[in-house]
Amino acid sequence: MLVFLLRRLAQSVFVLIAMMIVVFFGVYMIGNPIDILISPDATPAEIAETMTRFGFDEPAYMQFLKFVGNALQGDLGRSFVHGESAVTLILSYMPATLELAALGLFFSVAIGVPLGVYAGYKADRWQGRAIMTGSIFGFSLPNFWVGMLLILIFAVELRWLPSTGRGETVEVLGMRLSIFSENGLKYMILPALTLALYKASLVTRLARAGTQEALMQDYVKFARAKGVSETRILLVHVLKNIMIPIITVLGLELGSMIAFAVVTETVFAWPGMGKLLIDSILTLDRPVIVAYLMMTVIIFIFINFTVDVIYTLLDPRVRVKGEAS
Amino acid sequence: MTPPVLRGVAVVALAISLPVVPLSAQTLRIGLASEASSADPHFHNLGPNNQLRRSVFESLVDNDEAQQLSPLLAESWEPIDENRWQFNLRTDVKFSDGSPFDAYDVIYTVCRIPGVPDSPSLLTTYTKAIMDFEVPDPHTLIVHTDGPYPLLPTEFSTFGIISAKANGVDGAAIDFSPDGCGDLNYPATQAFNDTSAAIGTGPFLMESYRRGESVVLVRNPDYWGEPAAWERVTLLPLTSAGPRVAALIAGDVDLVENPPLQDLDRLNADSTLRVVQGISNRVIYIHLDHELVPSPMIRNTDGVNPLQDIRVREALSIAINRDAIVARIMGGVAVAAGELLPPGMFGAHEEGDLPPNAFDADRAKALLAEAGYPNGFGITLGTPNDRYINDAQVSQAVAQMWTQIGVETDIDASTASTFFSRRNAQEFSAYLAGWGAGTGEMSSPLKALLATFDRDRGFGGTNAGRYSNPAMDDVLTEALRTVDDDARQELLRKASRMAMEDFAIIPLHYEVSPWAMKATIDYTPRADQYTLPYRVRAAQ
Repeated sequence: MLVFLLRRLAQSVFVLIAMMIVVFFGVYMIGNPIDILISPDATPAEIAETMTRFGFDEPAYMQFLKFVGNALQGDLGRSFVHGESAVTLILSYMPATLELAALGLFFSVAIGVPLGVYAGYKADRWQGRAIMTGSIFGFSLPNFWVGMLLILIFAVELRWLPSTGRGETVEVLGMRLSIFSENGLKYMILPALTLALYKASLVTRLARAGTQEALMQDYVKFARAKGVSETRILLVHVLKNIMIPIITVLGLELGSMIAFAVVTETVFAWPGMGKLLIDSILTLDRPVIVAYLMMTVIIFIFINFTVDVIYTLLDPRVRVKGEAS
Repeated sequence: MTPPVLRGVAVVALAISLPVVPLSAQTLRIGLASEASSADPHFHNLGPNNQLRRSVFESLVDNDEAQQLSPLLAESWEPIDENRWQFNLRTDVKFSDGSPFDAYDVIYTVCRIPGVPDSPSLLTTYTKAIMDFEVPDPHTLIVHTDGPYPLLPTEFSTFGIISAKANGVDGAAIDFSPDGCGDLNYPATQAFNDTSAAIGTGPFLMESYRRGESVVLVRNPDYWGEPAAWERVTLLPLTSAGPRVAALIAGDVDLVENPPLQDLDRLNADSTLRVVQGISNRVIYIHLDHELVPSPMIRNTDGVNPLQDIRVREALSIAINRDAIVARIMGGVAVAAGELLPPGMFGAHEEGDLPPNAFDADRAKALLAEAGYPNGFGITLGTPNDRYINDAQVSQAVAQMWTQIGVETDIDASTASTFFSRRNAQEFSAYLAGWGAGTGEMSSPLKALLATFDRDRGFGGTNAGRYSNPAMDDVLTEALRTVDDDARQELLRKASRMAMEDFAIIPLHYEVSPWAMKATIDYTPRADQYTLPYRVRAAQ
């Protein structure tokens, strides 16, 4: 296990460094942030002075070396736009994204698993086929369109739920979260559903395939022969055995849900990290973009690791293999 | 949470007929198209920040809807000689912490402006003319300038005043110099963002500033002027246009700025909503390369830059059917432009005195032939595609019109962050862009877009085409030293006419900015495109 962890760590550091170089020079090449940020009324002398203050007048490699020097001391720089530490800025947006991803994940499991198991159980009947056809929509409809449609139906026409923004928040463990307040939760339902739709379809398909396969296994036949009820077979024996691929996929999807909920957060004006990222790209706020993507790499590494650990809990055989290496 | 989902089709059908939600009388929710990057009034000199600070931190001078100056913290002002302006300040104003407002607060504010840490765009643009202050009594402020400076009152409308006393500074002891005021204690930008330093004289107090989420303002109970109509204002950054309009229709906000053109018909048709629109101070123009030979994006001219020939420039201008662009692409929500500032604003010609160039394709072809290009030439038109209303579509229309007269035109469209860097690097032979006259008068576009590029004088900062006309520069310079309003206005008009008759730049149209709101409230459109909560009122 230790060797495995160390190897993982070395790979991660390499990915982080590569990411830093690519993103830094990529954003550098797009354009000069001052051209976007400074007031059009500023005189050429003021523009030059601001460039010097931010160090933009230096050659790219010098700017990069300075950035790396600071990064090694744990300072990823200050946002050009907000004047705050990039990491602090990202962390201040993080709770909103995390809670949205958590609710989205809950929705995708709560919708996807029952539908998938049922579709697998009734694979050759119309119910199973209807669910599978329906899941194609979940895959193919673009996120922003689904978001707008949900707003139109539930906020504009029915007026059951608020259209955009974030509701009331309560302080939990030093983070402002809205998932624990009734008003706040209302604001989360539509964006979380939008986020969950694609994942729910994915989970439905995985659960169906798993269930179909599991139903042909000997232990199911044996259970049936023993007279165990169909409900118990599905909910206890089958469900337990189909969860591993679902958790693998959801783990990966959770990462993308946290890091790249850009479209959903933009449509719903949700003040999360995705919105921060897109705003930062539009204003060429390089420290925030670089810090964000580095943080994304770290999140993915962390999630993959957690998924590995969960495997071992769900399937004793995985633990043996892990220790053997 | 209300359990909504399973109420049946009947309810769905009923609910489709939109219920009228009563406007709770004292709260106002506004959906903004862009967000302030900070709550610090001096951190970032850009529209959304300047708009936000006006509710909390007032300036000495105010602008009305047409950007004409009016009294605010200063009751009156006048030049007392060539180098000095006197401002007579109100005596009944208190900051929200109870400390009285006086001239020393102004000096303290001007001292802070050049030194705001990490600021991406300082307000020094508007304070650099100040050479010294004199305070004969606490409510009289005399400002020294280097020579006559007619724009000083305008510039005093651009920055909000913060309190010296609230920050533990004895204003009378400040030793002002344009290069710095010594070591004074200033609030940090962060202190404005967490509202602890949000101590101003404005109609609202800032209750919270949550980036990306909301800004909450509450009425200032001790405001010196007429109290705001709203107890509580929530400003929501709804940056995508579709959801912003949806939020208005759903009743989640009371007013939105910049609803997209394609939604205006639907909003107008809804009797529970109101749409207002007014001409803005922003002109959309095409700038031409007057300097480089050969010009980077011109083809088939054997290395000559045809844009240096006035006949070619005139041909390109009259080849454009501005009325068609306004009608078809801008949906009628724009006004064809004959110069760089719309009629009615200071220094612009009266309606009809300098009309837009009339469309005349035949004459354009004849001019091209006369200039030696009977078969035209090739050019690429640079344009942003996400900065101005329908910018790329307008460029496409212009390209077709130019191609019609034989100037084969391609489009090079890019996102704003790329476009402006390339523009400033003089990569384009012709480019479309816009200019909003921050000061609301003609010297702003002339100085930035058409005055000869001169780093030391601060002229021609956005003149990427490097147009240069010394005669016009002289008239403009004279205008900038003429304090008498009527004389200055005439000089500005003269300078503008000189540039337009030289076809220095091709003005296309003035943007018209719309606001949409519930029918129960009203807002007067503003040329500066600001959405100011204290100007929103209940409908009559």
